[in-house]
Amino acid sequence: MTDNNSMNCNACKQCAPLGACVAFKGISGSLPMLHGSQGCATYIRRYLISHYREPMDIASSNFSEETTIFGGNKNFNTGIDNIISQYHPEVIAIASTCLAETIGEDVQRLIGEYQSIHAGREGLPAMIFASTPSYCGTHYEGFQEAVFASVKTLASAEGKAGRHINLFNNFISTEDIRHLKEIAVDFGVDAMLFPDYSDTLDSTSWDSYCRIPEGGTPVDALRRSALAAVSVELGYILNSGGARGRIKNNFMTQSAGEYLNAQFDVPLVRTGLPVGIRETDKLMSILSDIARVPVPEKYRRQRGRLIDLYVDGHKYVSGKKAIIYGEEDLTVALASFAAETGIRPVLCATGGESGKLKETLQSTLGDLYGDDIRTGQGFSFEQIAEAAKELQPDLLIGNSKGYYIARELDIPIIRTGFPIHDRIGAQHDRILGYEGALMLFERTVNTLLEDRQRKSTTGYKYM
Amino acid sequence: MFIKERQEQIITKGGDNSGLVGGKPSIAGSVSQRACVFCGSRVVLYPIADALHLVHGPIGCAAYTWDIRGAMSSGPQLHRSSFSTDLREKHIIFGGEQQLYDALTELIDKHQPAAAFVYSTCIVGVIGDDVEAVCRRVEAEKMIPVIPVMSEGFQGSKKDGYKIACDAIATLVGTGNRTDVSPFSINILGDFNLAGELWILADYYRRTGVHILASITGDGRVDDIRNAHKASLNVVQCSGSMIYLAKRMKEEYGVPFIKVSYFGIEDMSDALYEVAKHFDNESIMERARALVRDELQHLLPALEPYRKALQGKKAAIYVGGAFKAISLVKALRLIGIQTVIAGTQTGNTDDYKLLESICDDGCILVDDSNPVELSEFVKQTGAELFIGGVKERPIAYKLGIGFCDHNHERKLALAGYDGMLNFAKEVYETVSSPVWKFVNR
Repeated sequence: MTDNNSMNCNACKQCAPLGACVAFKGISGSLPMLHGSQGCATYIRRYLISHYREPMDIASSNFSEETTIFGGNKNFNTGIDNIISQYHPEVIAIASTCLAETIGEDVQRLIGEYQSIHAGREGLPAMIFASTPSYCGTHYEGFQEAVFASVKTLASAEGKAGRHINLFNNFISTEDIRHLKEIAVDFGVDAMLFPDYSDTLDSTSWDSYCRIPEGGTPVDALRRSALAAVSVELGYILNSGGARGRIKNNFMTQSAGEYLNAQFDVPLVRTGLPVGIRETDKLMSILSDIARVPVPEKYRRQRGRLIDLYVDGHKYVSGKKAIIYGEEDLTVALASFAAETGIRPVLCATGGESGKLKETLQSTLGDLYGDDIRTGQGFSFEQIAEAAKELQPDLLIGNSKGYYIARELDIPIIRTGFPIHDRIGAQHDRILGYEGALMLFERTVNTLLEDRQRKSTTGYKYM
Repeated sequence: MFIKERQEQIITKGGDNSGLVGGKPSIAGSVSQRACVFCGSRVVLYPIADALHLVHGPIGCAAYTWDIRGAMSSGPQLHRSSFSTDLREKHIIFGGEQQLYDALTELIDKHQPAAAFVYSTCIVGVIGDDVEAVCRRVEAEKMIPVIPVMSEGFQGSKKDGYKIACDAIATLVGTGNRTDVSPFSINILGDFNLAGELWILADYYRRTGVHILASITGDGRVDDIRNAHKASLNVVQCSGSMIYLAKRMKEEYGVPFIKVSYFGIEDMSDALYEVAKHFDNESIMERARALVRDELQHLLPALEPYRKALQGKKAAIYVGGAFKAISLVKALRLIGIQTVIAGTQTGNTDDYKLLESICDDGCILVDDSNPVELSEFVKQTGAELFIGGVKERPIAYKLGIGFCDHNHERKLALAGYDGMLNFAKEVYETVSSPVWKFVNR
């Protein structure tokens, strides 16, 4: 395996503004705008539509040659004007592109100027800015940056401290967001999930066209995040690492929870994405402590059924070699799930470059961590494909972009994460909690059985 | 309700305003369905299958165009990989030329492509990389054409990217020395072999006695393009993207061109007849007539049940180019469907005159539209079917109407006579689905 710096073939990542747009879709009444060329917005919209299969309105300030030379002030203002007149948003959430950052656009200043010119105007939306040049970090860092920027812009110490909690749910499926909300309710915890795009990116069939889909974390809830009893962040790595080649600080280093902790003394608890028994146990225990109630019976039963299922299925997966890939925290969570079911993660690869993947895997997998687990940071699919030739995995677990590798090797792929461009229902992919693990484990076992049946000449009727 | 500055870009046929104005830049904040210059260049050049396509810039532009079109190749598959120099902050500050040089030389050594295209993205010019110089250097070292495609996204619209791609192709044209070229050779310009459509057309032309020298760019090969100047005719589809190359080849090599479309019976048949006319050859014309007769004999009865079922339905069209829209209006009419919205991303004022002339009264014509407008138009007109690309699909589905993908991600051939049947079938399947009984529209 080479750690090739000069180029990337078939990237296992997208650019930072994409992640920012997803997070911004989790704010109620918001419309994202990218400050840069038209293509950035259009490409990202298309890419996201192919995954979520939902309307994906993202505006652009639409740089021209003139803008690039003289600055984006005029386009910025026109863009904001047109968004307001067409969409009447509560929030305009702006992310920068590589072009805007390279020519040195000061978006925060542009926002300030716009707000002062239009001060007192009725219905003036709140404006949030995330600095997301695509040459710093991946879509994952872009997502985290947008989460951080939203909280930083809106959180306010005004008011009385409450018993509510902040639950920073990370980049997960819309179904998993709904499941987390259900869990919080069952614990009797008043939780603000952020970013909550469970409705905006997975809405119902509509009676009439919604310019901004309903749902999302209310702005008011974000304001009150500074008054929360505690923040829970899902994900060990988030944007804490140092992206290779980073020189100036684009603020892609602090998480929302860290900010609230430093600025407003909101205690912070961090745990991994709850995939599988071990990682879900951790979240359950945290919620149990916060709510001062035992884990509800419902989840004890779910956990019991999951264990029972693991037992039913363990021989089908035992010793199977898996290559797991995706965003760093997802990769860690999936590896933890795989390892506890008897699947051997032989390569955990990510396009991210935090430098923390290996140590996080070690600490998360604990006694299940094997020295034969290879880790690949800053990996492309081409590098994963090369490694796969040598490792001869039995299956891939990750997003749909690895399909071509699975096809080449004639092995199954368990699609999860982002993006899933070749199946419907990516919104409903549930992997979190005991039930999510149940579904993921069933899918994994059944996919392996299907593969075995398909490749067998016998046509077994019992498996 | 709509953006005021866009007034000239929306008309209703037979209404008060006329003369739709095309070609204007998109307005900031409008959520245009258009992409950028890079996108225009990338889609046109992408199907050249034995070339290396290297995107010079941060990762996004390459990531979003990885295997993006269903442009099929009968041989090499190099075009289906996504290569990027993956620029980082250090390159933004200190320059990315070395990175580009290293990437190019390594990839050329590894894949031995017949040529390399290097796409400049937004920031490349801004950080001062001399892409052209790096390309010249690598070209001299590796002895293959290394062609800079100066497609910085902000320099205009997708359409400007087409022109830049044409210029890139033009650097190859004329450099080949093939001698065994049939006098009845044509180049196909502007078919991208989506779902194998080029192969359908190639079969038709072969049956009429016409040989395809170069396909630019569907199932494209560098060596064919180098020899393309030896063909006696350029047959140009999707004229928005390729007309510029056709004009250049006419000026520089005296190769005449005709504009055609392969969608729908009328246009497909004309495409065969026009080529036959060019050669002024009775045998070719007779074979073309026989082919059309033959195909229609099968096709027309097969279409009939669809026409009956679809009679009187109303459709919205929003596609990339105007010529596709024009063909679609005609093809839809053939199966009994009336077009009530016709719009494109890249049409020009002249294109729209033509489009308007073939549409029925009351049809809304729109240039460079956006979701707010399109959803409103669907509501106003009561369209029951939307024909567009992936970005239009959720608009249709959320409004509870059928959708047919006529863009580059489709897996179904829609060109030619078989394509017409596929089209009718797909339209029927979506419009007549029982799922619409559950939606409130």
